Amino acid sequence: MAYSEKVLDHYENPRNVGKMDADAPDVGTGMVGAPACGDVMRLQIQVSDDGIIQDAKFKTYGCGSAIASSSLATEWMKGKTIDEAELIKNTTIAEELALPPVKIHCSVLAEDAIKAAVRDYKQKKGLIKEV
Amino acid sequence: MKLPIYLDYSATTPVDPRVAKKMCECLTLEGNFGNAASRSHVYGWRAEEAIENARRQVADLIKADPREIVWTSGATESNNLAIKGAAHFYVSKGKHIITSKLEHKAVLDTTRQLEREGYEVTYLEPCEDGIITADMVAEALRDDTILVSIMHVNNEIGTINDIAAIGELTRSKGVLFHVDAAQSAGKVEIDLENTKVDLMSFSAHKAYGPKGMGALYVRRKPRVRLEAQMHGGGHERGMRSGTLATHQIVGMGEAFELARLEMAEESQRIATLNKRFYDKVRDMDELYLNGSATQRVPHNLNLSFNYVEGESLIMALKDMAVSSGSACTSASLEPSYVLRALGRSDELAHSSIRFTFGRFTTEEEVDYAAGQIREAVQRLRDLSPLWDMHNDGVDLSKVEWQAH
Repeated sequence: MAYSEKVLDHYENPRNVGKMDADAPDVGTGMVGAPACGDVMRLQIQVSDDGIIQDAKFKTYGCGSAIASSSLATEWMKGKTIDEAELIKNTTIAEELALPPVKIHCSVLAEDAIKAAVRDYKQKKGLIKEV
Repeated sequence: MKLPIYLDYSATTPVDPRVAKKMCECLTLEGNFGNAASRSHVYGWRAEEAIENARRQVADLIKADPREIVWTSGATESNNLAIKGAAHFYVSKGKHIITSKLEHKAVLDTTRQLEREGYEVTYLEPCEDGIITADMVAEALRDDTILVSIMHVNNEIGTINDIAAIGELTRSKGVLFHVDAAQSAGKVEIDLENTKVDLMSFSAHKAYGPKGMGALYVRRKPRVRLEAQMHGGGHERGMRSGTLATHQIVGMGEAFELARLEMAEESQRIATLNKRFYDKVRDMDELYLNGSATQRVPHNLNLSFNYVEGESLIMALKDMAVSSGSACTSASLEPSYVLRALGRSDELAHSSIRFTFGRFTTEEEVDYAAGQIREAVQRLRDLSPLWDMHNDGVDLSKVEWQAH
């Protein structure tokens, strides 16, 4: 399968790879996917008191498109407020990376990871009720 | 060294230059271009002679009678002709067929079609080293079983089934035995004089012959009958009509002849390369060999690199042409059904790479490939949350994943 240049770029030079302390009060962690499906994304955000994402890190087990989708997601989240970050759509990610139809699920997973990370942070801060 | 390094000899092989030369002699006006079915002139006779010579070359490799060889377009067609042809011809004897979960799609899709036609099919589960035994077949046999179809060598994991033992069983029960030998011809010895196989499928392009060419062995004693799947001029004793492709057939004949002459030496050389490669990677953490370590062909090495996803690994291995057990690349997003059938976890099935070595593989190539593998796996593990969790002592099978 031919990959787009942007996918290749993120795959070769993934941005913001890493791991934060999931127990830290200012860190939100989202882990989505399943090994059985061939992709697992862990996306983490570090948020300042005024709700701005200071830093974002990811690690992904999955194909090149999954790695690229999560790498791009961390890039886009940094500097946004958590509410803005939640508005990032899988379609925008898929478009930016020119993902083929069979790889759309990778961008969906990235959106899920963003939402999961934000939700985790909000729960820690008591901004939403535990579910 | 030519990049990318070709380590996918089980997918296909390049045509051996000696084979290509013979093929080229059967194309142009100056060459042997006649129609073998033309009985009235020398062009036809010469083509027929070349084809009969090739038939003998193929028969010689597998110790069969040339009259037992039917030309086809490849192993897929051979499998179709053998399975559907036998099932249709012997339908009055029963409608039960036995095969295995490890078969190639050309067998599995054919038996699925027969199921739609009202046949009943049993799909045997291999043991965890990927072997189908005669005992497994014995247990599945019924009074209305008409056909057993088991591959000789598995295309993904390279394991070898004991077809001699299965043949003894099926013959004693009066059941036909078909073997898909696409991956074994020229790699392991086949002796149909002493092995009780009734039908056997072959492919030319897996053995340094041309694509689009294959053969089906159809036993004469005891005689096996088939219902033709391709109708026309009654070529190949009515079993497979269509003008014979002289150049293709000559290519297959020459390729099988070379295999017969060089197999022993070549297998040893390739086994040495395989070991050399494996020795350079086998100390890696969380590395698994898929399929039996002993009952396998020398040119196949199927490895799972745990916590690394196969497609991304293939992407990282830019300088080598290998194939992944994860069928993500073919858009089905399913891990290899063969590895799943061995009972491998989804992660391990998703993390597998098949390395297949061949006639033109060099030491320099396997050394380079092994180095690149180590580097790529390390890089991707550094990116993998599963690797993190593994190192933190998390039992991944206990995690509640969100399947999607």
